[in-house]
Amino acid sequence: MSTRRNALVGLAWLAPTLAFVSFFVLWPMVHLVWLSFTSTSLLGGGEWVGLENYRTAFGDPKFWAAFKFTLLYTAVITPILMGLGFALALLVSPNTPLRRLTRSVVFLPVVIGLASSSLLWFWLFDQQVGLFNQLLVDLGAIDEPVVWFRKAETGLAAVIISVTWKVVGFGMILIMAGIQSISADLFEAARIDGASPALQVRRIVLPLAARSLVMATVISVIGSMLAFDQFYLMTGGGPRGKTFTSVYMIYQAGFVRFDLGYSAALSVILMVVIMSMTVIQLRLQRGRR
Amino acid sequence: MNMATLALPPKPLARQARGWLVAAICIAVITLMLMPLVMSFLASFRPLAETSAVPPTYLPSALSTENYQKVANYQQGIWTYVRNSALVAGMTIVLCLVLSVPAGFALARFPVPGKEVWFVLILASMMVPYQALLVPIYLMFAKLGLTANHFGLAILHTILQLPFSVYLMRNSFEAVPKELEEAARVDGASTAFQLRRVFIPLALPGMVTVALFAFITSWNEFIGALILMNTESAFTVPIMLTGVVSGDFGSVDWGALQASVVVSMLPCLLVYLALQKYYVSGLLAGAVK
Repeated sequence: MSTRRNALVGLAWLAPTLAFVSFFVLWPMVHLVWLSFTSTSLLGGGEWVGLENYRTAFGDPKFWAAFKFTLLYTAVITPILMGLGFALALLVSPNTPLRRLTRSVVFLPVVIGLASSSLLWFWLFDQQVGLFNQLLVDLGAIDEPVVWFRKAETGLAAVIISVTWKVVGFGMILIMAGIQSISADLFEAARIDGASPALQVRRIVLPLAARSLVMATVISVIGSMLAFDQFYLMTGGGPRGKTFTSVYMIYQAGFVRFDLGYSAALSVILMVVIMSMTVIQLRLQRGRR
Repeated sequence: MNMATLALPPKPLARQARGWLVAAICIAVITLMLMPLVMSFLASFRPLAETSAVPPTYLPSALSTENYQKVANYQQGIWTYVRNSALVAGMTIVLCLVLSVPAGFALARFPVPGKEVWFVLILASMMVPYQALLVPIYLMFAKLGLTANHFGLAILHTILQLPFSVYLMRNSFEAVPKELEEAARVDGASTAFQLRRVFIPLALPGMVTVALFAFITSWNEFIGALILMNTESAFTVPIMLTGVVSGDFGSVDWGALQASVVVSMLPCLLVYLALQKYYVSGLLAGAVK
């Protein structure tokens, strides 16, 4: 069989995927940028408005509030997820039956939907029928049930607790894989030299599992920057719009207020932010290889 | 190595104490992680009269399926939504496999011109957050009659899952030993025959992983379904959940909420428990790209 024929056969196998990606990813990207320069409405119509949408966005206090809130959410939840994820990874790395079981159970919520887990916790947090509140009262941690979603701060705390429960296993598994790839000889040698577990973590685990820790962090940061489901379902962006995220803004502008042009401009801005983060991620991975 | 440290007798008491401490922590972690799930399952089987009791009780006084009977008739009946979700997930699985198996095969085994470029292009589409593409995709789908359509949503879910699937399939095919391929070629087998008889059996674990991730992603995906499935009869399970909580029953019907949350979580939990090995290995492969 000639190489040329082989090349053509290969291209034919590859063609459907390339066509799919061009039609459903690349073309929408181009269309998105074009739309962001127009006043297209979901109800029809619209014309070229140049940079108007971007000017509106950067001058819109709501845009900045949503962006800052998204950053705040990311800044608070990331250290929690990575700290707990690292601690859990240390706990479950050795392959004993109980630790394996712990690993599987911690990972369990990762596979259920964010919508399901958000509503599950929405119930647990309820001031009247919520069992989480009830448990805190029974344990004496609080005197009476907290109305979590009345204030932005407690609403954010509630979302963070629920999301942590749902995704902490993800970071744990990635970091655990990093720890497990460290040669057992190193720990053996350290033990023989009388190094305490704390010292082993600092001198062996942290430097050698750093790559997986960084990767888990970047993936988690990107996920948090795109947060939507949990706020849509638990806080509804409230109270008084204080818990709107960037994606929530895009959704509202485009599909509640029907202003597709503005929504497209917000999407372009978000896309640029997220893609720069991914580039940083790739750099970090290359750099450490 | 220091012989003196080696000669020291081990400290059985300290070691035993540490073992117990680890076991205690593991059990505490397992309890914390399982509690929300267990509470939700139990609450979904409460008798109707108990679902809104204030203060709530931890255990149902009697088991009853009244909540499930209620959601069976909610709006179009919960099974309509389960069927919608299952259909979309099934189509997503098929689309992902139909596209990624030949593409992965071509990328792994054929001298396709510009191969690296195509591969990077496909992977790069993973960097684009799909949340930012919803506006142009909505407009495109509206034109093509793919809104409120199972196939349309399956296409959106395939956009999410395809880069990972191609990546995984390429790796699976690359792992097939070259000798097997050569033996088949010497025997005069056609390319399609080779793919069917030699490669696919060996790449089956990869295909299971692709299908598994496609299922979980599709079953749980929220914002795309929220925007595209804009008529009640087309809702998927996560979108139906928003109706339950936004109080179509008047106020929130906690019993109905519990039962539908359980129905939404159960398939993912079962699939994960059955195919845990594939899930974790796929996750690690995806992150270490």
